[in-house]
Amino acid sequence: MLAQRILLGLLTLFAISLIIFLAVSMLPGDAAEAILGQAATPETVAALRRQLGLDLPPHIRYLDWLGGILQGDFGTSIGNGREINEVLGTRVYNTIFLALFAASIAVPLALFCGILAALYRNSLYDRTVNVVTLSSISTPEFFVAYILLLLISVKAGWLPSLSNVRLDTTFTEHLEKTLLPALVLTLVSMAHMMRMTRAAIINLLANAYIEMAALKGMKRFRIIVHHALPNAWAPIVNVVVINLAYLIVGVIVVEVVFVYPGLGQYLVDAVQRRDMPVVQACCLIFAATYVILNLIADILSILTNPRLLHPK
Amino acid sequence: MKSNSAEYLLEMKNVKIEGFSDRRWHDIVNGIDLNLKRGEILGLIGESGAGKSTIGIAAMGFCKAGCRFKPGSSVVFDGLELTSASEEEKRRLRGARIAYVAQSAAAAFNPAHKIIDQFSESVVQHGVGSREEAYADAKDLYSKIKMPEPDTIGFRYPHQVSGGQLQRAMTAMALSCRPDLIIFDEPTTALDVTTQIEVLATIRDIVELFNTAAIYISHDLAVVAQMADNIIVLRYGDLVEEAETRRMLDDPKEDYTKSLWAVRTFKKTTVAGSRESEPIVKVNHVTAQYPKTKEPVLYDVDFEVHPRETVAIVGESGSGKSTAARVITGLLPPLEGSIMLDGELLPSDYHDRTKEQLKSAQMIYQMADTAINPRHKIRKIVGRPLSFYLGMEGDEKHRRLNELMDMIEMDPKLYLDRYPAELSGGQKQRICIARALAADPKFIICDEITSALDQLVAEGILRLLDRLQQELNLAYMFITHDLATVRAIADRVIVMLQGRIVEQGEKGVVLQPPHHEYTELLLSSVPEMNPDWMDRIMAERASGKGMRSAGN
Repeated sequence: MLAQRILLGLLTLFAISLIIFLAVSMLPGDAAEAILGQAATPETVAALRRQLGLDLPPHIRYLDWLGGILQGDFGTSIGNGREINEVLGTRVYNTIFLALFAASIAVPLALFCGILAALYRNSLYDRTVNVVTLSSISTPEFFVAYILLLLISVKAGWLPSLSNVRLDTTFTEHLEKTLLPALVLTLVSMAHMMRMTRAAIINLLANAYIEMAALKGMKRFRIIVHHALPNAWAPIVNVVVINLAYLIVGVIVVEVVFVYPGLGQYLVDAVQRRDMPVVQACCLIFAATYVILNLIADILSILTNPRLLHPK
Repeated sequence: MKSNSAEYLLEMKNVKIEGFSDRRWHDIVNGIDLNLKRGEILGLIGESGAGKSTIGIAAMGFCKAGCRFKPGSSVVFDGLELTSASEEEKRRLRGARIAYVAQSAAAAFNPAHKIIDQFSESVVQHGVGSREEAYADAKDLYSKIKMPEPDTIGFRYPHQVSGGQLQRAMTAMALSCRPDLIIFDEPTTALDVTTQIEVLATIRDIVELFNTAAIYISHDLAVVAQMADNIIVLRYGDLVEEAETRRMLDDPKEDYTKSLWAVRTFKKTTVAGSRESEPIVKVNHVTAQYPKTKEPVLYDVDFEVHPRETVAIVGESGSGKSTAARVITGLLPPLEGSIMLDGELLPSDYHDRTKEQLKSAQMIYQMADTAINPRHKIRKIVGRPLSFYLGMEGDEKHRRLNELMDMIEMDPKLYLDRYPAELSGGQKQRICIARALAADPKFIICDEITSALDQLVAEGILRLLDRLQQELNLAYMFITHDLATVRAIADRVIVMLQGRIVEQGEKGVVLQPPHHEYTELLLSSVPEMNPDWMDRIMAERASGKGMRSAGN
């Protein structure tokens, strides 16, 4: 079953690479014109195109690109002529650092609030936490980001407003500089996970084994955590994983607001410069993130389900 | 143990319970008095809606979500008034001093935890003992009630254990804190007869061994007769009659009690057609297998159904009864063998059958609730086959709908424009019958159609089917595990075991000795209305006569 999932994942990635390549090559204009700008004459453009390999037929270019990626080589940036691999490594590290930092706050908090909401459902707490998280998810993230910037870093001065980390930034410094964007991401991703935790648990409360636990004299908290939660993991894990993917892929706006050198910034810059190899590389990494995280969700669903883990 | 000044362990006085639905409160239980001494077993009998389960858990001071005690109710357990006790006081009692055994162990065990951990949970959480002590006790109890592999079976998850064993494991779980009182809520209703008798034996051994008091809830009189010292008969939340078990069986006073006792007296009246005639359905040496199983589930199954004949197929769950129906209807094409309908060879896959062939064989299912679309009106449910098979529309269809409703004894004016949710279980099953009749079939497969119904209602359905057979020359194939139904309605009986037919023939021949040994086991496992029946059977089996359950 697992081998099948992995195979399907690889197939998906392959299909995505094709789509990315086709979409990028259908865009009007090309890198040669973009680089030459005002100096573009038909001759210089043609020469540069030949130099960059843009005159080759599309399928050759695609196979070249794919072959390079399979060997771990994402190609050369057109914008500055440097190997994409040099920059990509730190960018990916920065993005994943921020995503994991945000997740380490958001996931436990969401689970905790969701469990409490299920325990005290329809109480004042339940309603308040619902309204607050729903409002934060309904507000555009750049707006949440600017509000937090204003309050925490400009007015109170507790945290830096820019997340300009470098290679030589220490780990603790890195944490301090990314705390604010991590908080923004927590606010915008928590509602979904919390509500799913609450719903998945409440969904199970009508089951006979929950009534049985009550008739065995178990405390309410234990019934929720020990009897309902273990059976609710599958839907919760799926939502958590989708949100993790969002934390990696969807942070572009937040990275731009805080001038954080992550993958999102890199992509935005590359689009502005028509640096297609970089755009392709970023898109492919985003796609791979989704595929890998969904694979992890499938594996976790199996691990948390005794019926699948211990067949008859 | 608290000092017990009162004579009774449990005293329920004037217990009234109401439930909230359709935006108002309905009475569920209307003032029941009930007393129980230590070590005594009380049977609660009644049909669905009688309030027996509600009273059962009320003995724990518990009401289901949306229900509550009415003022004036009193439930005193060992000196503690439960209707006014705090949640915490009641929580300490539950599981520790009053335990509960649910109808479906498969649903009541948490699928995420091992059986033995669910056993030890009460012990540890109520502070009765440590986990290690509970483990040791569980293994000891499992071996006392003769579970297979008592030292290791507890370390399995619920889905890895058969239904009968799970039910026994739950009985053991109820004992984990050595309670004074156990509520058994229909603990054997979902089991085959051969498994039921083993679970009943377990329950009796345990109750005797630990001198535990018990409330035994069931709709099956013969079962309660084996277990209880006293019996209370309930109806619509009222107490109908209360008496010592033997007196209740020998000399019921109330009419309602008598009618419950008399349910099993129905006998089919239609005379079957001659066996010389052409069979309606002929199943030719069928061997069948599901795509994902390694071995066939049916081996060389071969039988015929003739006009006006009712053929009953009996066997435990997993014996292949329903698979046989799937092969006949073309849902599962067989590996070998074939199906003939009215002398014509049927394509093995229903996709390849003609409308004429499809309409001739219809099916009625066990759960009417899941077999009819809750969002369609009765008119649409029954009318669909009329337009699909027979092309009827307009006035003609309306006339036929009225006829069909008359046939199933439901007023067309009242019911045609209602939704299934507005009907009772028996009425829904009647609608399923009308839908099958609408196709104008020659042959109907009835798959456990009465097993989800109360006995009085089930009897009404059987009478209806009998009359329809008479009027419309129908042939029935009756799949059931209930031998009382077989006695009532069958002409011929087929006994199945693990995918094979072990015995078939006329009812009188199959049900009379000498039997095949498996038929003997099935027949002897059906509880009789005699309090001594179980002692006799267990003694016979202990002396080595007969075979054990085949399912496990």
